[in-house]
Amino acid sequence: MTDSIATRITRAKLRLLDMHHKAHSGHLGGNLSCLDALMVLYHRVMGPEDRFVLSKGHSAGALYVTLWSLDKLSDAQLDTFCRDDTMLPGHPSGRGIPGLLFPTGSLGHGPSLAAGLAMAARHQGSGRQVYCLCSDGEWQEGSCWEALIFASHQRLDNLTILIDQNGLQGFGSTEEVISCRDLAPRLAAFDIDVCSVNGHDPAQVEARLRAPRGDRPRVLVLDTVKGNGLPFAGRLESHYLPLPDADYRAARRALEAASAP
Amino acid sequence: MRNALSSAIMRLAEDESVFFLTGDLGFMALEGVRERMGSRFINTGVAEQNMIGVAAGLAREGLRVFVYSIAPFCYARPFEQIRNDVCMPELPVCLIGNGGGYGYGYMGPTHHALEDCAAMAALGLRVLVPAFDQDIPAMLAGCNAPTYLRLGYALQPEGATIPDYAPWRKILGGERGVVVALGPLAGVAWRAFAAWPASARPSVWAVAELATALAPAEFWAEIDDSALYVIEEHVETGGLGASLALAIMKRGLIVRRLAHRYALGYPTSRYGSQGFHRAQCGLDENGLREMLGRNHS
Repeated sequence: MTDSIATRITRAKLRLLDMHHKAHSGHLGGNLSCLDALMVLYHRVMGPEDRFVLSKGHSAGALYVTLWSLDKLSDAQLDTFCRDDTMLPGHPSGRGIPGLLFPTGSLGHGPSLAAGLAMAARHQGSGRQVYCLCSDGEWQEGSCWEALIFASHQRLDNLTILIDQNGLQGFGSTEEVISCRDLAPRLAAFDIDVCSVNGHDPAQVEARLRAPRGDRPRVLVLDTVKGNGLPFAGRLESHYLPLPDADYRAARRALEAASAP
Repeated sequence: MRNALSSAIMRLAEDESVFFLTGDLGFMALEGVRERMGSRFINTGVAEQNMIGVAAGLAREGLRVFVYSIAPFCYARPFEQIRNDVCMPELPVCLIGNGGGYGYGYMGPTHHALEDCAAMAALGLRVLVPAFDQDIPAMLAGCNAPTYLRLGYALQPEGATIPDYAPWRKILGGERGVVVALGPLAGVAWRAFAAWPASARPSVWAVAELATALAPAEFWAEIDDSALYVIEEHVETGGLGASLALAIMKRGLIVRRLAHRYALGYPTSRYGSQGFHRAQCGLDENGLREMLGRNHS
Protein backbone atom coordinates (compact mmCIF):
# COMPACT_ATOMS: atom_id res chain seq x y z
CA MET A 1 0.00 0.00 0.00
CA THR A 2 1.30 3.45 -0.89
CA ASP A 3 2.13 5.75 1.99
CA SER A 4 -0.14 8.73 2.47
CA ILE A 5 1.18 12.18 1.53
CA ALA A 6 1.16 13.07 5.23
CA THR A 7 3.42 10.14 6.04
CA ARG A 8 5.78 11.03 3.21
CA ILE A 9 5.93 14.62 4.33
CA THR A 10 6.77 13.64 7.90
CA ARG A 11 9.52 11.35 6.65
CA ALA A 12 10.89 14.12 4.46
CA LYS A 13 10.88 16.58 7.35
CA LEU A 14 12.78 14.16 9.55
CA ARG A 15 15.30 13.60 6.78
CA LEU A 16 15.63 17.34 6.28
CA LEU A 17 16.25 17.86 9.99
CA ASP A 18 18.83 15.14 9.99
CA MET A 19 20.56 16.43 6.87
CA HIS A 20 20.79 20.02 8.08
CA HIS A 21 21.84 18.98 11.56
CA LYS A 22 24.67 16.81 10.30
CA ALA A 23 25.83 19.55 7.97
CA HIS A 24 25.52 22.26 10.65
CA SER A 25 23.62 24.18 8.04
CA GLY A 26 21.19 27.02 8.60
CA HIS A 27 18.22 28.15 6.52
CA LEU A 28 16.18 25.38 8.07
CA GLY A 29 13.24 27.68 8.80
CA GLY A 30 12.60 28.57 5.17
CA ASN A 31 12.94 24.92 4.19
CA LEU A 32 10.31 23.79 6.65
CA SER A 33 7.89 26.53 5.65
CA CYS A 34 7.78 25.30 2.06
CA LEU A 35 8.36 21.57 2.38
CA ASP A 36 4.67 20.64 2.65
CA ALA A 37 3.89 22.45 -0.60
CA LEU A 38 6.95 21.06 -2.39
CA MET A 39 5.98 17.52 -1.45
CA VAL A 40 2.41 18.04 -2.64
CA LEU A 41 3.67 19.56 -5.86
CA TYR A 42 6.09 16.76 -6.67
CA HIS A 43 4.04 13.82 -5.41
CA ARG A 44 0.51 14.87 -6.28
CA VAL A 45 0.53 17.51 -8.99
CA MET A 46 3.52 17.57 -11.32
CA GLY A 47 3.79 15.25 -14.28
CA PRO A 48 7.07 13.86 -15.57
CA GLU A 49 7.41 16.53 -18.26
CA ASP A 50 6.55 19.48 -16.03
CA ARG A 51 9.22 21.95 -14.96
CA PHE A 52 10.10 23.40 -11.59
CA VAL A 53 12.26 26.40 -10.70
CA LEU A 54 13.37 26.92 -7.11
CA SER A 55 13.61 30.69 -7.04
CA LYS A 56 14.13 30.73 -3.27
CA GLY A 57 17.38 28.85 -3.65
CA HIS A 58 18.02 28.92 0.09
CA SER A 59 15.38 26.19 0.36
CA ALA A 60 17.57 23.79 -1.59
CA GLY A 61 17.43 21.33 1.31
CA ALA A 62 13.67 21.02 1.01
CA LEU A 63 13.99 20.34 -2.68
CA TYR A 64 16.77 17.80 -2.17
CA VAL A 65 14.74 15.78 0.33
CA THR A 66 11.69 16.01 -1.92
CA LEU A 67 13.77 14.52 -4.74
CA TRP A 68 15.06 11.95 -2.24
CA SER A 69 11.47 11.02 -1.39
CA LEU A 70 10.99 10.26 -5.08
CA ASP A 71 14.18 8.16 -5.21
CA LYS A 72 15.85 10.73 -7.45
CA LEU A 73 18.53 11.37 -4.86
CA SER A 74 20.03 8.75 -2.56
CA ASP A 75 20.73 8.81 1.16
CA ALA A 76 24.41 8.78 0.34
CA GLN A 77 23.99 11.87 -1.81
CA LEU A 78 22.05 13.68 0.92
CA ASP A 79 24.84 12.88 3.34
CA THR A 80 27.14 15.06 1.23
CA PHE A 81 24.90 18.14 1.66
CA CYS A 82 27.02 21.25 2.24
CA ARG A 83 30.22 19.24 2.45
CA ASP A 84 33.32 19.28 0.30
CA ASP A 85 33.01 17.69 -3.15
CA THR A 86 29.21 17.69 -3.02
CA MET A 87 26.63 18.04 -5.77
CA LEU A 88 24.30 19.49 -3.16
CA PRO A 89 25.47 22.93 -2.06
CA GLY A 90 23.33 25.16 0.12
CA HIS A 91 21.88 26.80 -2.98
CA PRO A 92 21.35 24.68 -6.11
CA SER A 93 24.06 24.74 -8.74
CA GLY A 94 21.73 23.77 -11.57
CA ARG A 95 24.10 21.00 -12.58
CA GLY A 96 23.98 17.30 -12.20
CA ILE A 97 20.64 16.90 -10.41
CA PRO A 98 17.64 15.70 -12.41
CA GLY A 99 15.10 18.44 -12.92
CA LEU A 100 17.20 21.19 -11.42
CA LEU A 101 17.46 23.48 -14.39
CA PHE A 102 19.15 26.61 -13.09
CA PRO A 103 21.55 27.81 -10.42
CA THR A 104 19.47 29.84 -7.98
CA GLY A 105 20.17 31.57 -4.73
CA SER A 106 20.23 35.20 -5.69
CA LEU A 107 16.60 36.17 -5.29
CA GLY A 108 14.33 37.43 -8.02
CA HIS A 109 15.55 35.28 -10.88
CA GLY A 110 13.08 32.41 -10.85
CA PRO A 111 9.89 34.04 -12.12
CA SER A 112 11.57 35.21 -15.33
CA LEU A 113 13.26 31.86 -15.87
CA ALA A 114 9.93 30.11 -15.35
CA ALA A 115 8.22 32.52 -17.73
CA GLY A 116 10.80 31.63 -20.37
CA LEU A 117 10.22 27.93 -19.81
CA ALA A 118 6.47 28.51 -20.11
CA MET A 119 6.92 30.47 -23.34
CA ALA A 120 9.02 27.62 -24.71
CA ALA A 121 6.37 25.04 -23.81
CA ARG A 122 3.74 27.08 -25.58
CA HIS A 123 5.92 27.49 -28.66
CA GLN A 124 6.73 23.79 -28.76
CA GLY A 125 3.07 22.83 -28.46
CA SER A 126 3.74 21.01 -25.24
CA GLY A 127 1.29 20.66 -22.38
CA ARG A 128 4.13 21.09 -19.90
CA GLN A 129 3.24 23.05 -16.80
CA VAL A 130 5.85 25.25 -15.17
CA TYR A 131 6.02 25.84 -11.42
CA CYS A 132 8.20 28.30 -9.58
CA LEU A 133 8.62 28.62 -5.81
CA CYS A 134 9.53 32.05 -4.39
CA SER A 135 9.90 33.45 -0.92
CA ASP A 136 7.83 36.41 0.21
CA GLY A 137 10.81 38.67 0.91
CA GLU A 138 11.98 37.88 -2.60
CA TRP A 139 9.17 40.04 -3.96
CA GLN A 140 11.11 43.08 -2.85
CA GLU A 141 13.22 42.40 -5.94
CA GLY A 142 11.97 44.50 -8.85
CA SER A 143 12.72 41.69 -11.28
CA CYS A 144 9.84 39.65 -9.82
CA TRP A 145 7.41 42.34 -10.81
CA GLU A 146 9.00 42.61 -14.24
CA ALA A 147 8.34 38.92 -14.67
CA LEU A 148 4.79 39.19 -13.39
CA ILE A 149 3.94 41.98 -15.83
CA PHE A 150 5.41 39.91 -18.64
CA ALA A 151 3.66 36.69 -17.68
CA SER A 152 0.35 38.46 -17.33
CA HIS A 153 0.69 40.20 -20.69
CA GLN A 154 1.70 36.97 -22.40
CA ARG A 155 -1.22 35.14 -20.78
CA LEU A 156 1.04 32.33 -19.63
CA ASP A 157 -1.67 29.99 -18.43
CA ASN A 158 0.84 27.18 -18.01
CA LEU A 159 2.77 29.06 -15.33
CA THR A 160 2.14 28.79 -11.60
CA ILE A 161 4.16 30.77 -9.09
CA LEU A 162 4.01 29.68 -5.47
CA ILE A 163 5.02 32.18 -2.80
CA ASP A 164 6.10 30.87 0.58
CA GLN A 165 4.68 33.68 2.68
CA ASN A 166 6.20 32.97 6.08
CA GLY A 167 6.47 36.63 7.00
CA LEU A 168 10.11 36.59 7.99
CA GLN A 169 13.08 37.70 5.95
CA GLY A 170 16.79 38.20 6.52
CA PHE A 171 16.81 40.85 9.19
CA GLY A 172 13.24 41.32 10.32
CA SER A 173 9.66 40.58 9.41
CA THR A 174 8.19 41.64 6.09
CA GLU A 175 5.86 43.85 8.08
CA GLU A 176 8.79 45.63 9.71
CA VAL A 177 10.89 45.89 6.59
CA ILE A 178 8.40 46.92 3.90
CA SER A 179 5.01 47.12 5.67
CA CYS A 180 3.71 44.08 3.87
CA ARG A 181 2.25 41.10 5.66
CA ASP A 182 0.18 39.83 2.74
CA LEU A 183 1.27 40.01 -0.88
CA ALA A 184 -2.01 38.77 -2.29
CA PRO A 185 -3.80 42.13 -2.63
CA ARG A 186 -0.80 43.65 -4.35
CA LEU A 187 -0.47 40.74 -6.75
CA ALA A 188 -4.16 40.84 -7.58
CA ALA A 189 -3.70 44.19 -9.33
CA PHE A 190 -1.75 42.47 -12.11
CA ASP A 191 -4.63 40.70 -13.84
CA ILE A 192 -3.54 37.24 -12.81
CA ASP A 193 -5.18 34.39 -10.92
CA VAL A 194 -4.22 34.91 -7.26
CA CYS A 195 -5.34 32.79 -4.35
CA SER A 196 -4.12 32.14 -0.82
CA VAL A 197 -4.05 28.86 1.09
CA ASN A 198 -2.70 27.42 4.30
CA GLY A 199 0.68 26.24 3.05
CA HIS A 200 0.85 23.56 5.70
CA ASP A 201 -2.41 21.89 4.64
CA PRO A 202 -1.54 19.44 1.86
CA ALA A 203 -5.16 18.93 0.82
CA GLN A 204 -5.75 22.66 0.44
CA VAL A 205 -2.55 23.18 -1.49
CA GLU A 206 -3.34 20.32 -3.85
CA ALA A 207 -6.89 21.50 -4.38
CA ARG A 208 -5.78 25.01 -5.29
CA LEU A 209 -3.06 23.77 -7.60
CA ARG A 210 -5.53 21.53 -9.40
CA ALA A 211 -8.36 24.04 -9.54
CA PRO A 212 -9.42 25.16 -13.02
CA ARG A 213 -8.31 28.56 -14.15
CA GLY A 214 -8.68 30.82 -17.12
CA ASP A 215 -6.07 32.00 -19.54
CA ARG A 216 -3.89 33.71 -16.97
CA PRO A 217 -0.85 32.76 -14.94
CA ARG A 218 -1.57 31.70 -11.40
CA VAL A 219 0.05 32.83 -8.17
CA LEU A 220 -0.59 30.71 -5.12
CA VAL A 221 0.26 32.48 -1.88
CA LEU A 222 1.14 29.90 0.76
CA ASP A 223 0.51 31.20 4.24
CA THR A 224 3.19 29.45 6.24
CA VAL A 225 5.22 29.51 9.43
CA LYS A 226 8.98 29.77 9.19
CA GLY A 227 10.57 26.80 10.90
CA ASN A 228 7.19 25.10 11.15
CA GLY A 229 7.47 22.36 13.80
CA LEU A 230 10.72 23.66 15.28
CA PRO A 231 11.18 24.97 18.81
CA PHE A 232 11.96 28.39 17.37
CA ALA A 233 9.23 28.37 14.74
CA GLY A 234 8.15 31.81 13.63
CA ARG A 235 11.30 33.44 14.95
CA LEU A 236 14.14 34.96 12.99
CA GLU A 237 16.62 32.45 14.38
CA SER A 238 15.03 29.86 12.13
CA HIS A 239 16.23 31.75 9.05
CA TYR A 240 19.91 31.39 9.72
CA LEU A 241 20.92 29.20 12.61
CA PRO A 242 21.86 25.54 12.54
CA LEU A 243 19.95 23.43 15.02
CA PRO A 244 21.61 22.92 18.40
CA ASP A 245 21.54 19.27 19.54
CA ALA A 246 18.81 19.83 22.10
CA ASP A 247 16.58 21.59 19.58
CA TYR A 248 17.27 18.91 17.02
CA ARG A 249 16.14 16.19 19.42
CA ALA A 250 13.10 18.21 20.45
CA ALA A 251 12.15 18.82 16.84
CA ARG A 252 12.43 15.14 16.00
CA ARG A 253 10.27 14.21 18.97
CA ALA A 254 7.68 16.80 17.98
CA LEU A 255 7.51 15.60 14.40
CA GLU A 256 7.36 11.94 15.42
CA ALA A 257 4.63 12.66 17.96
CA ALA A 258 2.61 14.62 15.44
CA SER A 259 2.77 11.76 12.98
CA ALA A 260 1.99 9.00 15.47
CA PRO A 261 -1.25 7.16 14.72
CA MET B 1 25.11 47.87 -38.45
CA ARG B 2 21.49 47.58 -37.32
CA ASN B 3 20.28 47.03 -40.86
CA ALA B 4 22.94 44.39 -41.42
CA LEU B 5 21.83 42.74 -38.20
CA SER B 6 18.21 42.88 -39.26
CA SER B 7 19.00 41.21 -42.59
CA ALA B 8 21.08 38.52 -40.94
CA ILE B 9 18.39 37.74 -38.37
CA MET B 10 15.76 37.50 -41.09
CA ARG B 11 17.87 34.92 -42.85
CA LEU B 12 17.88 32.85 -39.67
CA ALA B 13 14.18 33.37 -39.04
CA GLU B 14 13.04 30.34 -41.00
CA ASP B 15 14.49 28.22 -38.23
CA GLU B 16 11.56 27.77 -35.86
CA SER B 17 13.91 27.43 -32.91
CA VAL B 18 15.13 31.02 -33.23
CA PHE B 19 13.68 33.67 -30.92
CA PHE B 20 14.38 37.39 -30.90
CA LEU B 21 13.77 39.43 -27.75
CA THR B 22 14.02 43.19 -27.63
CA GLY B 23 13.92 45.53 -24.68
CA ASP B 24 11.51 47.87 -26.46
CA LEU B 25 14.10 49.04 -28.99
CA GLY B 26 14.46 48.65 -32.73
CA PHE B 27 12.18 51.37 -34.13
CA MET B 28 12.90 51.88 -37.83
CA ALA B 29 15.27 48.92 -37.87
CA LEU B 30 13.67 45.71 -36.64
CA GLU B 31 10.17 45.99 -38.07
CA GLY B 32 11.07 43.45 -40.75
CA VAL B 33 12.36 41.01 -38.16
CA ARG B 34 9.17 41.41 -36.16
CA GLU B 35 7.06 40.72 -39.21
CA ARG B 36 9.09 37.72 -40.30
CA MET B 37 9.31 36.05 -36.91
CA GLY B 38 5.77 36.55 -35.66
CA SER B 39 5.30 35.15 -32.17
CA ARG B 40 9.02 34.39 -31.94
CA PHE B 41 9.72 38.11 -31.87
CA ILE B 42 8.96 39.34 -28.36
CA ASN B 43 9.09 42.90 -27.16
CA THR B 44 9.67 42.19 -23.50
CA GLY B 45 9.24 45.86 -22.61
CA VAL B 46 11.45 48.09 -20.52
CA ALA B 47 12.52 45.32 -18.18
CA GLU B 48 15.96 44.01 -19.00
CA GLN B 49 16.39 41.69 -16.04
CA ASN B 50 13.24 39.86 -17.03
CA MET B 51 14.31 39.81 -20.66
CA ILE B 52 17.51 37.93 -19.86
CA GLY B 53 15.72 35.50 -17.53
CA VAL B 54 13.08 34.76 -20.15
CA ALA B 55 15.83 34.27 -22.73
CA ALA B 56 17.52 31.77 -20.44
CA GLY B 57 14.26 29.90 -19.91
CA LEU B 58 13.69 29.65 -23.64
CA ALA B 59 17.25 28.56 -24.29
CA ARG B 60 17.03 25.92 -21.56
CA GLU B 61 14.37 24.22 -23.66
CA GLY B 62 16.64 24.03 -26.70
CA LEU B 63 15.73 27.29 -28.40
CA ARG B 64 18.25 29.77 -29.87
CA VAL B 65 17.71 33.21 -28.45
CA PHE B 66 18.92 36.64 -29.51
CA VAL B 67 18.43 39.52 -27.10
CA TYR B 68 18.66 43.10 -28.27
CA SER B 69 18.96 46.46 -26.58
CA ILE B 70 21.14 49.55 -26.40
CA ALA B 71 24.48 48.16 -25.25
CA PRO B 72 24.55 49.31 -21.60
CA PHE B 73 20.96 48.24 -21.04
CA CYS B 74 21.85 44.86 -22.47
CA TYR B 75 25.00 44.01 -20.49
CA ALA B 76 25.07 46.27 -17.43
CA ARG B 77 21.51 46.48 -16.11
CA PRO B 78 20.93 42.70 -16.09
CA PHE B 79 24.50 41.73 -15.22
CA GLU B 80 23.59 39.14 -12.62
CA GLN B 81 20.97 37.53 -14.85
CA ILE B 82 23.65 37.16 -17.51
CA ARG B 83 26.02 35.65 -14.98
CA ASN B 84 23.67 33.27 -13.20
CA ASP B 85 20.97 32.49 -15.73
CA VAL B 86 22.91 32.40 -18.99
CA CYS B 87 26.59 31.82 -18.26
CA MET B 88 26.44 29.33 -15.42
CA PRO B 89 24.22 26.92 -17.38
CA GLU B 90 26.15 27.79 -20.57
CA LEU B 91 23.06 28.55 -22.61
CA PRO B 92 23.04 29.61 -26.27
CA VAL B 93 21.86 33.17 -25.73
CA CYS B 94 23.36 35.93 -27.86
CA LEU B 95 23.20 39.37 -26.29
CA ILE B 96 23.26 42.11 -28.90
CA GLY B 97 24.26 45.49 -27.57
CA ASN B 98 23.79 48.31 -30.03
CA GLY B 99 26.00 51.40 -29.96
CA GLY B 100 29.17 49.99 -28.45
CA GLY B 101 31.77 52.47 -27.24
CA TYR B 102 30.63 56.05 -27.74
CA GLY B 103 28.19 54.96 -30.43
CA TYR B 104 25.23 56.80 -28.98
CA GLY B 105 27.28 60.00 -28.94
CA TYR B 106 25.09 62.95 -28.06
CA MET B 107 22.70 60.77 -26.10
CA GLY B 108 25.18 61.03 -23.26
CA PRO B 109 27.25 58.81 -21.01
CA THR B 110 24.41 56.59 -19.73
CA HIS B 111 24.01 55.33 -23.29
CA HIS B 112 27.69 54.64 -23.90
CA ALA B 113 29.31 51.24 -23.40
CA LEU B 114 32.98 51.56 -22.56
CA GLU B 115 33.63 48.57 -20.30
CA ASP B 116 31.25 46.06 -21.85
CA CYS B 117 33.83 43.79 -23.48
CA ALA B 118 35.79 43.38 -20.27
CA ALA B 119 32.67 42.72 -18.23
CA MET B 120 31.29 40.15 -20.62
CA ALA B 121 34.63 38.44 -21.22
CA ALA B 122 35.09 38.15 -17.46
CA LEU B 123 31.84 36.20 -17.29
CA GLY B 124 33.07 33.85 -19.99
CA LEU B 125 30.93 35.04 -22.86
CA ARG B 126 32.35 35.11 -26.35
CA VAL B 127 32.81 38.77 -27.17
CA LEU B 128 32.17 39.68 -30.79
CA VAL B 129 32.82 43.15 -32.17
CA PRO B 130 32.13 43.21 -35.90
CA ALA B 131 34.32 45.57 -37.85
CA PHE B 132 32.17 45.65 -40.97
CA ASP B 133 28.56 44.93 -41.83
CA GLN B 134 29.49 41.81 -43.74
CA ASP B 135 30.97 40.25 -40.58
CA ILE B 136 27.58 39.86 -38.93
CA PRO B 137 26.05 36.86 -40.76
CA ALA B 138 29.09 34.68 -40.04
CA MET B 139 29.03 35.73 -36.41
CA LEU B 140 25.35 34.97 -35.89
CA ALA B 141 25.65 31.58 -37.52
CA GLY B 142 28.16 30.54 -34.89
CA CYS B 143 26.22 31.67 -31.82
CA ASN B 144 25.84 28.41 -29.92
CA ALA B 145 27.18 29.50 -26.54
CA PRO B 146 26.78 32.56 -24.31
CA THR B 147 27.77 35.42 -26.58
CA TYR B 148 27.94 39.19 -26.46
CA LEU B 149 27.78 40.98 -29.81
CA ARG B 150 28.74 44.63 -29.69
CA LEU B 151 27.31 46.56 -32.59
CA GLY B 152 28.86 49.81 -33.74
CA TYR B 153 28.93 51.97 -36.80
CA ALA B 154 31.00 50.48 -39.57
CA LEU B 155 33.29 52.57 -41.74
CA GLN B 156 33.68 50.66 -44.96
CA PRO B 157 37.06 50.97 -46.75
CA GLU B 158 36.46 52.89 -49.96
CA GLY B 159 37.50 51.28 -53.18
CA ALA B 160 38.98 48.25 -51.49
CA THR B 161 37.84 44.71 -50.94
CA ILE B 162 37.74 43.51 -47.38
CA PRO B 163 39.06 39.99 -46.85
CA ASP B 164 36.51 37.32 -45.96
CA TYR B 165 35.48 37.25 -42.34
CA ALA B 166 37.90 35.88 -39.79
CA PRO B 167 37.98 36.73 -36.09
CA TRP B 168 41.39 38.34 -36.60
CA ARG B 169 42.33 39.42 -40.11
CA LYS B 170 44.68 41.79 -41.85
CA ILE B 171 42.85 44.40 -43.87
CA LEU B 172 45.80 46.55 -44.92
CA GLY B 173 49.42 45.66 -45.52
CA GLY B 174 52.26 47.87 -44.30
CA GLU B 175 55.86 47.81 -43.21
CA ARG B 176 56.05 50.19 -40.27
CA GLY B 177 54.55 48.39 -37.34
CA VAL B 178 51.17 46.80 -36.76
CA VAL B 179 47.91 48.50 -35.81
CA VAL B 180 45.47 46.16 -34.08
CA ALA B 181 41.98 47.62 -34.04
CA LEU B 182 38.94 46.40 -32.17
CA GLY B 183 35.83 46.26 -34.32
CA PRO B 184 34.80 49.36 -36.26
CA LEU B 185 38.00 51.22 -35.41
CA ALA B 186 39.56 49.01 -38.08
CA GLY B 187 37.70 51.12 -40.64
CA VAL B 188 39.03 54.29 -39.03
CA ALA B 189 42.58 52.95 -39.15
CA TRP B 190 42.16 51.90 -42.77
CA ARG B 191 41.09 55.42 -43.68
CA ALA B 192 43.95 56.91 -41.70
CA PHE B 193 46.67 54.93 -43.44
CA ALA B 194 45.45 53.48 -46.73
CA ALA B 195 46.71 56.44 -48.75
CA TRP B 196 50.21 56.19 -47.31
CA PRO B 197 52.81 54.18 -49.19
CA ALA B 198 53.18 50.65 -47.84
CA SER B 199 56.77 51.40 -46.88
CA ALA B 200 55.62 54.24 -44.61
CA ARG B 201 52.45 52.87 -43.07
CA PRO B 202 51.60 50.17 -40.56
CA SER B 203 49.63 47.08 -41.40
CA VAL B 204 46.13 47.09 -39.96
CA TRP B 205 44.52 44.08 -38.33
CA ALA B 206 40.81 44.03 -37.61
CA VAL B 207 39.88 42.15 -34.46
CA ALA B 208 36.25 41.06 -34.45
CA GLU B 209 36.44 38.55 -31.62
CA LEU B 210 38.21 39.53 -28.44
CA ALA B 211 39.82 36.17 -27.68
CA THR B 212 43.52 36.34 -28.51
CA ALA B 213 43.59 32.58 -28.95
CA LEU B 214 41.89 33.14 -32.30
CA ALA B 215 44.73 35.21 -33.73
CA PRO B 216 46.47 33.30 -36.53
CA ALA B 217 50.15 32.39 -36.66
CA GLU B 218 50.69 35.10 -39.26
CA PHE B 219 49.67 37.74 -36.74
CA TRP B 220 52.09 36.56 -34.06
CA ALA B 221 54.88 36.37 -36.59
CA GLU B 222 54.15 39.88 -37.77
CA ILE B 223 54.17 41.54 -34.38
CA ASP B 224 57.29 39.76 -33.17
CA ASP B 225 60.06 42.34 -32.88
CA SER B 226 57.77 44.99 -34.34
CA ALA B 227 56.04 48.13 -33.10
CA LEU B 228 52.49 47.43 -31.99
CA TYR B 229 49.63 49.92 -31.79
CA VAL B 230 46.45 48.70 -30.11
CA ILE B 231 43.34 50.83 -30.52
CA GLU B 232 39.97 50.22 -28.95
CA GLU B 233 36.89 52.22 -28.02
CA HIS B 234 36.89 50.60 -24.60
CA VAL B 235 38.45 51.35 -21.25
CA GLU B 236 42.04 50.35 -20.66
CA THR B 237 41.17 47.64 -18.16
CA GLY B 238 40.23 44.25 -19.50
CA GLY B 239 39.98 45.05 -23.17
CA LEU B 240 41.96 44.15 -26.26
CA GLY B 241 45.17 45.88 -25.18
CA ALA B 242 45.31 44.20 -21.80
CA SER B 243 44.52 40.74 -23.13
CA LEU B 244 46.92 41.11 -26.02
CA ALA B 245 49.77 42.26 -23.77
CA LEU B 246 49.23 39.20 -21.58
CA ALA B 247 49.15 36.90 -24.59
CA ILE B 248 52.36 38.41 -25.91
CA MET B 249 54.13 37.80 -22.61
CA LYS B 250 52.83 34.25 -22.35
CA ARG B 251 54.17 33.53 -25.82
CA GLY B 252 57.53 35.03 -24.97
CA LEU B 253 57.34 37.47 -27.85
CA ILE B 254 59.10 40.78 -27.89
CA VAL B 255 57.54 43.87 -29.34
CA ARG B 256 59.76 46.88 -29.82
CA ARG B 257 57.09 49.34 -28.79
CA LEU B 258 53.54 48.97 -27.47
CA ALA B 259 51.24 51.95 -27.84
CA HIS B 260 47.70 51.70 -26.57
CA ARG B 261 44.88 54.10 -27.41
CA TYR B 262 41.65 53.47 -25.56
CA ALA B 263 38.50 55.16 -24.27
CA LEU B 264 39.40 57.74 -21.65
CA GLY B 265 35.87 58.30 -20.47
CA TYR B 266 34.99 61.97 -20.26
CA PRO B 267 38.26 63.79 -19.51
CA THR B 268 36.79 67.29 -19.93
CA SER B 269 33.32 66.51 -18.58
CA ARG B 270 31.96 67.62 -21.94
CA TYR B 271 29.85 65.47 -24.19
CA GLY B 272 29.32 65.18 -27.89
CA SER B 273 29.21 62.94 -30.93
CA GLN B 274 31.06 59.67 -31.24
CA GLY B 275 33.60 61.55 -33.36
CA PHE B 276 34.07 64.13 -30.60
CA HIS B 277 34.82 61.48 -28.02
CA ARG B 278 37.06 59.53 -30.35
CA ALA B 279 39.06 62.65 -31.03
CA GLN B 280 39.43 63.29 -27.29
CA CYS B 281 40.90 59.81 -26.96
CA GLY B 282 43.13 60.08 -30.01
CA LEU B 283 41.06 57.44 -31.73
CA ASP B 284 40.07 59.46 -34.79
CA GLU B 285 41.99 59.42 -38.07
CA ASN B 286 44.16 62.39 -37.14
CA GLY B 287 44.87 60.94 -33.72
CA LEU B 288 45.96 57.64 -35.21
CA ARG B 289 48.25 59.35 -37.70
CA GLU B 290 49.71 61.41 -34.88
CA MET B 291 50.28 58.23 -32.87
CA LEU B 292 52.26 56.70 -35.71
CA GLY B 293 54.24 59.88 -36.31
CA ARG B 294 55.15 60.29 -32.68
CA ASN B 295 56.16 56.72 -32.17
CA HIS B 296 58.29 56.61 -35.27
CA SER B 297 60.03 59.90 -34.58
